[in-house]
Amino acid sequence: MGFFERLIKIDRRIIFTFIAFAVALPLFFNVSMHVETTPEVVGIFSAVDSLSPGSKVLISFDYDPGSMPELQPMAESFLRHCFSRGLKVILMGLWPQGPLQANWALDIILNEPDIKEKNLQYGVDYVNLGYTAGNEVVIQRMGSDIHAAFPVDYYGTSLDEIPLMRGVRNFDNIDFVYNLSAGYPGTMEWVQFAADRFHAVLGAGNTAVQAPLMYPYLGKKQLVGILGGMKGAAEYEVLSKRPARGVRYMFSQGISHAVVIFFVILGNVAYFATRKKRKES
Amino acid sequence: MRREVPLMICAIVGFTLIIVYFVPHPPFSDMRDLFSDWFSVIAAFAIYLGILNLLKNSVDKVYRKRSGWGFSIVTILGFLLFVSVGLYEGSDFGEFGTNYYYLYDRIYFPLMATMFAILAFFIGSASYRAFRARNLEATILLLAAFFVMLGRVPIGYYLTSWLPEGWRMGDVANAIMTYPQMAGQRAVMIGIALGIVSTSLRIILGIERTFLGGD
Repeated sequence: MGFFERLIKIDRRIIFTFIAFAVALPLFFNVSMHVETTPEVVGIFSAVDSLSPGSKVLISFDYDPGSMPELQPMAESFLRHCFSRGLKVILMGLWPQGPLQANWALDIILNEPDIKEKNLQYGVDYVNLGYTAGNEVVIQRMGSDIHAAFPVDYYGTSLDEIPLMRGVRNFDNIDFVYNLSAGYPGTMEWVQFAADRFHAVLGAGNTAVQAPLMYPYLGKKQLVGILGGMKGAAEYEVLSKRPARGVRYMFSQGISHAVVIFFVILGNVAYFATRKKRKES
Repeated sequence: MRREVPLMICAIVGFTLIIVYFVPHPPFSDMRDLFSDWFSVIAAFAIYLGILNLLKNSVDKVYRKRSGWGFSIVTILGFLLFVSVGLYEGSDFGEFGTNYYYLYDRIYFPLMATMFAILAFFIGSASYRAFRARNLEATILLLAAFFVMLGRVPIGYYLTSWLPEGWRMGDVANAIMTYPQMAGQRAVMIGIALGIVSTSLRIILGIERTFLGGD
């Protein structure tokens, strides 16, 4: 068996090893890479930046820890941007794990020195509504009455007793909706119900796998912008002038993409080198 | 009656929700809200039903010692552990510092992250084996993947930063995503939407009855 035949039948564990090193090793180096911004991310950043202080932003955490490496940096950079601009933040989840992910992000951002000195109060500056079963039907119900979809917050307090929620009945009282999604229910449902039916201004952060599916909504302006994968998070951090985990992980992602491309090229070289032999046999 | 009543409920709810889309005023909007609340209640019960069904199947698998019964023991133990700790913690179970949060942080999160991370290895291996320029279509797909994968990471910028703006790897990746990719997604989406409309109409009109459990 020649070199190229062996290359075609390469043991997949060798590829796995290369991928493992390509992903893990760069994490040990603090390399700052240039991150170019795209119009999709600038769209969301500008929309949030143009809101006046005190405006209400709804963030739906529709993912679980599996997608955390991609979506959590997006959540953190977005929360940081909202709090630094003096916006009021309403958190919720259409996935049962969503409210926990929200608390996770809150814990990090509220402990950052510049945010901490603002002395933000739960129920006044931000609130976690928790999870309600029903997927897109919950969004539909929020369109008529948020208090009916979420009678109590994550901690069991009636929404009527929460100062931030007193004037918020439906999407008319929310200035911007941001959805972090890793599947169903997620951005597609938010577009179909919140944006289309109730004319909410919507932005989204998606896993890299899911983001391409949302581009038609971007083209029709049903989404003001989209953050796709870790690159999207890194772009948002660059725009906020606060490079964090997203930017730091771009080195690892860049090397791993390069390794996959290298193997694709290698596979094609071996394929063409052995094509003549395959035809003969 | 066992078939007629569900079909009638389905038709009433279906037609009401179609009407309310065009006439979002009482009494239809009130009916929509009522149906939405009912749906949430049913969905909440469906979660319990799903959990109990998983538990029943797992116990059955262990009892009959079917293939992979060891994994079912892990499922049952995990279920009992999380439920009992959650019940013990009460309504504050998701707070920082609780035992439930500790389990979520130290067991659930690493397991889920590991499952998702495994994808990277399979994508690498599958790309090597399947991404071959066998014909024109496959070559176009290969080139698109090449530009998007490199254009979406900083390496693409470093490789082509010497080129004028608009011609760099990132610009090519953006153009691929914004034009051919979006057009393809639109076509797929329109096809799916037409399929959903026709299937929904068949269900609402009672033509499609497989959801009732019959043939």
